This record gives sequence, C-alpha cells and structure tokens, in this order.
Amino acid sequence: MSAGRKVPAGMPDASNPGEDLAQVPNAPNDLTIAVPRGALFAGSLDLLDRLGVDTAEVRANDRKLLFEDAGIVTMRPSDVPTYVEHGAADIGITGKDVLLEQPERAVYELLDLGYGSCEMVVAARRDDDALGEALRRLGRVRIATKYPLIAARHFSETGRQAEIVAVKGSVELAPLTGLVDGIVDLTATGKTLAENDLEVIEQIVTCTARLVANPVAHKLKAAQIDAIVARIRGAGA
Amino acid sequence: MIHPIPPGTRDVLPDEMRELRAITEGLRATFVEAGYGEVATPALEYEDVLRAGDPGAAGAGYRTFDERGQVLALRSDMTIPIARLVATRYRRTDGEALRLCYLGHAYRAVATGTGHQRELLQAGLELIGVAGAERDAEVISLALAALDGVGLARHRVGVGDGALYRTLMEVFEVPPERRMELLECLARRDLVTLAARLVGMGLAGEACETLVRLPETRGGPEILEQAVGPVAGALGGLRALYAALSDRGVADRVILDLGLVRELGYYTGAVWEVYDPAVGFTLGGGGRYDDLIGCFGEPRPACGLALDVQRVHIAQAEEEKLG
Repeated sequence: MSAGRKVPAGMPDASNPGEDLAQVPNAPNDLTIAVPRGALFAGSLDLLDRLGVDTAEVRANDRKLLFEDAGIVTMRPSDVPTYVEHGAADIGITGKDVLLEQPERAVYELLDLGYGSCEMVVAARRDDDALGEALRRLGRVRIATKYPLIAARHFSETGRQAEIVAVKGSVELAPLTGLVDGIVDLTATGKTLAENDLEVIEQIVTCTARLVANPVAHKLKAAQIDAIVARIRGAGA
Repeated sequence: MIHPIPPGTRDVLPDEMRELRAITEGLRATFVEAGYGEVATPALEYEDVLRAGDPGAAGAGYRTFDERGQVLALRSDMTIPIARLVATRYRRTDGEALRLCYLGHAYRAVATGTGHQRELLQAGLELIGVAGAERDAEVISLALAALDGVGLARHRVGVGDGALYRTLMEVFEVPPERRMELLECLARRDLVTLAARLVGMGLAGEACETLVRLPETRGGPEILEQAVGPVAGALGGLRALYAALSDRGVADRVILDLGLVRELGYYTGAVWEVYDPAVGFTLGGGGRYDDLIGCFGEPRPACGLALDVQRVHIAQAEEEKLG
C-alpha cells in the first residue's frame, strides 16, 4: 500500500481476525506512523519512545523522511491527515487545528494526546480597534489566515461578515501592512504576536496533539492500534 | 495544448480497460450465476424522485435543468435508483425474493486536490423482498466470493448494526436533544469529542463507559461473548448474522464491529464494509434498508452491497505482486 511497507507474510489466522497480530512482539513496529515535524515533533518522539518505538535514528537525522525500521514517516503536520486517510500511514499524530481545517479527511480521531497545546485566536493591531471600526463602517472585516475554514466558520458563527484572505507565510505581517484588519492564527505563547504589536482579541479554540488512524487499518490492525491506545491511556500521556 | 478533465474523473486506456473489464466480468459472472439479474438505470434522474428516497437526494453533487426547467441530478449511488426501479417496474409483491445486480457509475462532489473520485464505477447487488439475517449473509458471502473470483485473497468484511448506537442511547436515557450531536461525532469518527461530550453529560458511569468504548469494540466472535448488560441485549441481530455467516463458511472473513456506522441515512439494521490491506479506503459496503423501497411504493425489505471497481483493481494488482 505504501513505499517501504512490510507486507505481512501469509494469511492472518482464519479463526480470529486480529488475534494473530496481537501475538507479534513489539506491535508498534508493524504499524506505519505519520509523525509531524515542527512544533509537535519533539513531543511526538518522546511519546513514541515511551511506547517502545526506537526513535534514535529519527532524532539523529534531520533531512531523512522515511524510517522503515521504526515504521515512522515524518512530514508537515498538515499532511498527516492526507497520508493517514489514504492508508500510506496506518496512524498519525497531528494538531487539532489541522483536523478542524481539513474536515473532509476521513480519519479516526482516537485520542487527545494532551501536549502541544496552542490557542486558535483572532488578533489585531494593538490599541486601534481595527476590527470594530471595519465592522461598524464597512460592514465587514478582512481577515488573513492560514486556516480559512476555521476563520470563516468562527466569524459566521458569531454573526459577523468576514472576507478571508488566505496567506501561506507569516500572517502577522498582513495587518501591519494594511492588507487586512485582523488575523486568525495559532499561538502558543503570544510572543510573536506581541513582537509585531498585535494583541489577542478573541480565543476560538484550544488545539492539542491528536492520535488519528486510517479507517481500514483501524479494523484490520485493531489489535496493534488498541495496544497503542491502551498504553497511552494507561500512561496518562 | 491541454484540454483538462474534471479532477476526480479519468480516461481509461486499453491496458487498464482490459484489466478493469476482467474484474467487472468476473464480479458479474459470480452475481449472475447466483441468480442475480443485471439491471441498468439512467445516470440522470429527476431530483425530486431521488429526494423521495433520501431527503438529501443521497448527496447528489451535480444538478442541471432539462429543457422544461425540471431539476435533474446525477445519481450519487445506485441503491436509490434501484429502489425506484423496483417500486415502479415490479409492482406485484408476492413475497418472492427479487435478486438484482448492476454495474454503473455514480457521481460525488469532491474537493480538488484530495485524491477522491468524482466519478466512480460501482458493481453491486440488491436482494429485495425478503428479510432476515440469512439474506444479509447471502449478500455478504456472495460479495466475498466475487472478490475471491477476481483474485483477491486478504479481504475482510466488517459487520455491525447501524441502529445499535441509537438503541443504546435510548436504553441509557441520553437526553433526546443531545443524541444527534453524538451520532454526528460517531459518523465523523471523532472519538475524542464523542468521549468529551458523553463525560460532560453526566451519565451514569456504566452508560458513559459503554458509549465511549463502543466505537472501538471490534474483532472476532469474542465481541459477542464478552458483551454484558444492555449491549448484550441489543446484539440479537448481529448474533443471528454472525451465525448465518458461519453457516456459509465465511466467519473467518468477518470482523464484528459495534461502532460501524454508514454515512447514508437509509440503512435500518445490519451494515457492512469490505476492507483489503492493500487499499486505505473501504472497497465497498452496504446494509439492510427495509424502509427505502416503501418511499417509492409498496414497502419491501431489502439489503445490498456495492463495490468500488477501481479500488478492487488496486487490491488485485497488489495481490498479484505478492504472487
């Protein structure tokens, strides 16, 4: 199904689908795991270490993407749902922000992993009420974001008209140059916002790391996936 | 010069066509040999007719007007058109089983760049006019045999009860106004939000625990043995289906899945999905839809199953590589 996939030898035990898989030692290694690079990378590797997956090679190698021995593929967080939905990875770790922005991806959201907590916020220039001014006089606000779906839904749900401007790079620049009145972005500490003279106006949702699974793997590799879920739950990770 | 075709559609050239044709002929041969007569329906239907079967017109993604201003829709699945066909062309209901099979394209709206199919070729079968687990098992085992016939070896079928979660919410007295949001979480496969909502509702410990765990309860017959309390009581239908599948000798292919839900709204009882380790998406699925034909005429129980031919092809190619 994917590059580097080890094809299981022989047919699963006929009497009990899944049972044969539970007997394989070191179960996590039979799964392909999509691991996000970026802010969630370190926390994800720590979690995998606690699950008994050897992440030493991943930690030592910054440019390599596919680690067959550990069953790990690394990628941008926003690509994780794509790989998992198509079954190129059986399970994966990504942020709730990514899942909210890509609701069309059919993946199981199995666990809130707790780490990587960030706030999705509306922010604008400090001290000049650009948002309120735009709403009063122009009837709408212009919002720059990397999360057009989340931003559009938030303003729609709060009854305000918004023009969403999708940008790829540093969103903080957009209100400073007059491109937009405000931004919707993810912030952990608020530091970058503050350094660019922006302040948080509204909090939309708290986003943490989530464990997701491919719907077919969730059935055909139930024993391995359940073992991982149980260990994470048990560890209170 | 580039003359594009819509994303999610495709041209088929002779090499692929030959292989696809071998699959569709193989599937059809198995269906026809088992007494399922092949039918075809128009790809375009009146939207209000499709709507009679499903309020959302079964998710039709493409509508157009005809020369008289009537709204036409491209079918998004084959089951609703066949329910219409049965109700209008086979009006006599003498209690006899009607066995039909088909090969046809269905059309779905997809977002660009997702890799999803806009036009998909489905091969399927419908067993109409008879109820009972034995009939569900006939359809499931025939689909499994048809896939054997085209060279698949590792495919499995997940079976569940599409009404189970609703039944248990009733038993556990989940407030009626909160049930829809829970079902939506389940349909989205968002088990994190589902659990959070259930905990937030302040249900009794056992009720909460059961409803949280149900979507991850899947496996072999031990699922049926280990069930306790209200869950055990609600599993009668699934027990009967598993027994019927065992009688047909396909129990080793079955994954019992208490969390299985299908996206289409017309299913009334057992539901099923077909998986193969070579494909990340389901190869197909179906279920029992006892109320659908009644939307078009005389009520008749029915069940069916549709396979995605292109995905079957991917699985077959992978199987050949394994040799």
